[in-house]
Amino acid sequence: MSTMKIRAAMKGDVAEVKCLMNHPMETGLRKDAKTGQVVPAHHITKVVATLAGKTVMDAQWGGGISKNPYLAFNVKGAKAGDKVTVTWEDNKGEKETADATIG
Amino acid sequence: MNNQRRQVLKGAGAAGALGVAMAAGLLKPSAVFAAEWNKAAFESKALADVLKAVGGAGAADSAQITVKAPDIAENGAVVPVEVTSALPGTESITIIGEKNGFPLVAQFDLMNGAQGFVSTRIKLGTTSNVRAMVKAGGKMYTAAKEVKVTIGGCGG
Repeated sequence: MSTMKIRAAMKGDVAEVKCLMNHPMETGLRKDAKTGQVVPAHHITKVVATLAGKTVMDAQWGGGISKNPYLAFNVKGAKAGDKVTVTWEDNKGEKETADATIG
Repeated sequence: MNNQRRQVLKGAGAAGALGVAMAAGLLKPSAVFAAEWNKAAFESKALADVLKAVGGAGAADSAQITVKAPDIAENGAVVPVEVTSALPGTESITIIGEKNGFPLVAQFDLMNGAQGFVSTRIKLGTTSNVRAMVKAGGKMYTAAKEVKVTIGGCGG
């Protein structure tokens, strides 16, 4: 089950899409305060969004995005009832997908 | 309201949607992710190398790009950043934290009606410029905003 939250709503002729993902987003540079060991990198590397089956955003991320990432983007030409899908993949190959219908 | 019942309903909805996505072939990685992750660019520690890797060396300053971020961020681990490009034909938006350990934060390729706009939250290790690089009509443009950080977001 997906832990990603996604919302999409029309504002005029533009669909506003907002999503929240669950991810630790470790850069690979941070040291654990107790052990002094470097925490290995574990972060999302790719995010793809589709609207009504067409890719609208294809993003690449580093560890500089905050923990539990927030992302918002706008798409013109969408209409209420269209389906928005967001998928991420991290540097360990884990993936998650969520979708929403534009309200 | 019966909370447990709501959880069950939500779970059923999500599982159903996943099934539909799988049936449509949307979860096949080859169909979803177009490009390989740009390891060299994301793992560069020097700003100049990052700019080179994203094709942004020598980008022209543009007043058409707005970088919205707080003047002072109390917590560098979570700095809201919003980039808006009014440049016609905006193809991609790249966000760079100039003094971060790894300066390149993210690159967003936009297509099929996606507007020149992204909003997210980034980490800043120290007081630094947040730089946006925008590719529009095949050319690179840039704008930056300084954010003062009181507690860094990349330390230990």
